[in-house]
Amino acid sequence: MAQAGRLRDSRRDGGATKQTMKISPTWVREFVDLKVDDRKLAEELTLTGTAVESIGADGVFEMEITTNRPDCMNHYGVARECSAIYDAALKPIQPHVPKAQGKANFSIEIEDAQGCARYTARIVRGVKIGSSPARIAERLAGVDQRAINNIADASNYTLWEMGHPTHAFDLDLLQGGKIVVRRARAGETLKTLDGAERKLSPEDLIIADANRPVALAGVMGGFDTMITERTRNVLIESAWFDPVAVRKTSRRHGMHTDASHRFERGADFAATTVACARVVRLIVESAGGELVGEEIDTVARRIGRAPVPLSRAEVLRILGEEIEQTEVERILRRLGFGVTPGRAAVAVSTRSASPGSGGVRAAVAEEAATYTIEIPSWRLDVEREIDVIEEIARVHGYNQFANTLPVFSGSVVEHTDAAKDERLRSRALALGYNQAISLTFISEQDARQFSSAAGVELENPISDEARFLRNSMLPGMLEMLGWNLNRGNDDVRLFEMGDVFELAGANVEEHKHLCLGATGNAEAAGVHRAPRACSFFDLKGDVETLLAAFEHQTLYYDAHAADYYHPGRSARAVMDGATVARFGQLHPEIAAARKLRQDAYVAEIYLDRLYQHGLRQVRYEALPRYPAVERDFSFIFGDRVTYEQIRAAVEALRIGELRRFVPVEIFRDGAIPAGRYSLLLRATFQSDERTLRDDEVALWSSQIIKTLQRLGGALRAS
Amino acid sequence: MPGRTGEGACAYVVYLDTRMYQVSKLTDYSPAALDKAVAELTSALEQECTVVKNEAEWKALRDRWMARKNGILTQVNELWLKVAPGEAKREVGRRVNELRTHVETDVVAAQERMAGRAAGGKLAAEQLDITLPGIRRPIGARHPVLQAMHDVVSVFKSMGYSVEEGPEVETDYYNFEALNFPPDHPARDTQDTIFLAGQEKKPARDRLLLRTHTSPVQIRTMQKYPPPVRVVCPGKVHRHDTPDASHSPLFHQIEGLAVDTNITFCDLKGTLDHAMKALFGSSVKTRFYPSFFPFTEPSADVQISCPFCGGKGCRTCKQSGWIELLGCGMVDPNVFGFVRHNGYDPAKISGFAFGMGADRVAMLRYGIDDIQLLFQGDVRFLEQFA
Repeated sequence: MAQAGRLRDSRRDGGATKQTMKISPTWVREFVDLKVDDRKLAEELTLTGTAVESIGADGVFEMEITTNRPDCMNHYGVARECSAIYDAALKPIQPHVPKAQGKANFSIEIEDAQGCARYTARIVRGVKIGSSPARIAERLAGVDQRAINNIADASNYTLWEMGHPTHAFDLDLLQGGKIVVRRARAGETLKTLDGAERKLSPEDLIIADANRPVALAGVMGGFDTMITERTRNVLIESAWFDPVAVRKTSRRHGMHTDASHRFERGADFAATTVACARVVRLIVESAGGELVGEEIDTVARRIGRAPVPLSRAEVLRILGEEIEQTEVERILRRLGFGVTPGRAAVAVSTRSASPGSGGVRAAVAEEAATYTIEIPSWRLDVEREIDVIEEIARVHGYNQFANTLPVFSGSVVEHTDAAKDERLRSRALALGYNQAISLTFISEQDARQFSSAAGVELENPISDEARFLRNSMLPGMLEMLGWNLNRGNDDVRLFEMGDVFELAGANVEEHKHLCLGATGNAEAAGVHRAPRACSFFDLKGDVETLLAAFEHQTLYYDAHAADYYHPGRSARAVMDGATVARFGQLHPEIAAARKLRQDAYVAEIYLDRLYQHGLRQVRYEALPRYPAVERDFSFIFGDRVTYEQIRAAVEALRIGELRRFVPVEIFRDGAIPAGRYSLLLRATFQSDERTLRDDEVALWSSQIIKTLQRLGGALRAS
Repeated sequence: MPGRTGEGACAYVVYLDTRMYQVSKLTDYSPAALDKAVAELTSALEQECTVVKNEAEWKALRDRWMARKNGILTQVNELWLKVAPGEAKREVGRRVNELRTHVETDVVAAQERMAGRAAGGKLAAEQLDITLPGIRRPIGARHPVLQAMHDVVSVFKSMGYSVEEGPEVETDYYNFEALNFPPDHPARDTQDTIFLAGQEKKPARDRLLLRTHTSPVQIRTMQKYPPPVRVVCPGKVHRHDTPDASHSPLFHQIEGLAVDTNITFCDLKGTLDHAMKALFGSSVKTRFYPSFFPFTEPSADVQISCPFCGGKGCRTCKQSGWIELLGCGMVDPNVFGFVRHNGYDPAKISGFAFGMGADRVAMLRYGIDDIQLLFQGDVRFLEQFA
């Protein structure tokens, strides 16, 4: 069966929900006299809500009908729209049915009134199965509906003409002279028209004869009772099935048919008899036979449509412009709504006129300004005043309304993290990192390798390699670095800001992270200079630059990174006691396993923790008025002495005038014994109050030397 | 100063041609004859001063004119003044004194000019081929999608909107139920939802999924703040889509919401028309046509006239002259029903909501024809946006 294709493209931007189907304008014009040409018609249908996406070479419209408008998923429904747009009369469908002979001797029982509100049936005996007349076959071919035989085609023709799904059974194959609409029993099975043997669930709404299931209600008929070349007598089913029941059954069995598509969205409760008669009429015309017995119309419950009050004041309040009374009435009547000026008694009591003097006059004004709207049986989507207002607006034409700007009384609330995000982003960009976005999904292996946090698994992943939500930004970053290296992009710097996900009991926590990735040269090769490969210290400098944007008391780096880093070339940053970053060279084994052909340097910055700190507040410091004095110290240290120890030891001297203390040169090998290194340190002394005296500087220098000697350093020269 | 016979005189003679000025005896001491002789001499002096190029040449020049022994000034003294008749001596003497000053001034000036030219030579040696490419410090590029998002948000911020964010993992309640998607409604099918595993035991509304749109932020915002509100919410959304040139399981949306007393459909139209003009240029037109979203009523899709061809029809707009960009509508009263306790009485307030795809805006703006490029991190792609 022709299945409504899914068109997604642009539709997804606002989450719009549409389906495409073919509608022939020639067929539509059978029901309404239109003067416009097809192209103009297509445009005006689109502008009023039944969108024509394209016009085929054969002139057939490819239409997108939103899920709330099953009434337009057929030619008569589209004709009704045309009737409203052009204020033209809609011709009724009143099939002429031949006089019935004899009695049907058949009964319909609805056991499940919730699932089936109405079941209308007719019997035609003595049909001759064959192919449909060319007129029918061509019409069906035009809407991509394959012709089957004259009975099935009559049913399909009716579906495409007026939208109500019907089904034809081979009457002689129905056992016990009755149809029962019920839920399936445990263990029951049904071979459907498509040949599939289906195990039925007790929740499935089915059509049964006296003994067994013969159809999945509203979804598909049964194989064993279908029309075949041997069929002589047929029973035509035209029913109203509950949308939720049909949807559950069709989902459970993974079936989506033209019938289920319409029943799920809501069929027309009043259309069962007309549709049934229409099928009979077509069968008699194309397959002969005679109608036996009167229509069997079993109503288990009525699908009523409560009238809706419509106030002109509400139309104005929502739409912002008056629409003329005659226009309102014309639009609604053409769409099949009943329009009665004045408010129905029930409705008035819910919104009484304002008390006080002039009550009579107010009541009169209210009278003129309100309507009671009767909702047509095919418009299950309209049940409130606002729904009626939409009908008026869309047919009136959205583009008829003025463009105004609202007067606003609120205040602007700045998103608290926005400034921090922007500060980090601009620094990362200035450092030469390109902003990237990687996918949110990672493999189970990656979820275990790069985080100790419990991973969040998906029920229906896109692929097996994407079964987890990322609990680290690294897999995505490494994927992107690898992508570049595999394409000859050797010098890569990327950063990504985004959320990682971890399971916290029954809930999921989202933490905002920033990830840096760098490989290749820190300084590219060029005509003016030699290249310089990216190193741990390039990355560390970049991390320092990012962290420096935030207020903090203490910040130190130690070697407690994580096992996916190179053990000797990685670090973590601890700001005021909290780990705010880990970074370094990716462990070579992991790099090899991921086929990265260059060293990769990566950093993870935990923004949820970093953002506990405010952005650094700049405070001006007076420029120095007295000259600075520099002293260099050349030491040899054992390898186990770290710079941090040296720095901390000198800091512990608390020399107020020591303004700067930095390593200037580091040197190993050559004249330096193995296991030791030479370090040139530079101290800058300065006072805000006076020019320093030589003896002071000499004293501080000797303190520094003594301290460094206590660390095991040997002074080379001074 | 003068007084030495420079060795450079020989070299000097070598390059000076034979037509060099020679001092000759005066035969006529009339003022006119004196004028002529002085003019010849000064003309030669100026000529020789201008050609001095280096220190050696300058020394040769100095000695030729000012050497005490046989310098030109000395010769003038000998040949003009000493032999002059008595009555002319006074006049000739005055002229010779003038000449002395003149020569000294010119020779010193020649030295200064020569020194300046030498310095120019040093700078000339430092000349670079300035047509070689410069050393560029790489700067990173903002991602085109995030740039588009930033631009859209900026437009709305300038119109008084606040920025809100919401979680990417949402509950069924926020993603669907409170947005008026009833359970088991076909409208849910089109959302291609990705669900989290292990949710079966929870009540349906608490089950977790990846938000399929940024619209849940509408509900979260209205729970957080009573009316009036005016927010935009940029963010990531996910759907169960197989990646291809126009589909990605990850994409970006910007949601907007304005609720107040007396917000109308005309306001919705005006706001989006203004925003589209701010984003795509003031000549861009908007066109609204009906659509369906469970959480708005009336609902609309918005097209803009193609900013690339001005509506004439081109590849970008598929020859239609229009590009679909937004979904929007008036907030459905049922949605207000979920936040009524926070002051959202649909009889008193009204509002509009809209959503647009940031990826789509970026792709349109830069002519990107494959959405996958956005999420590969390929620097050849990203660097184009620097």
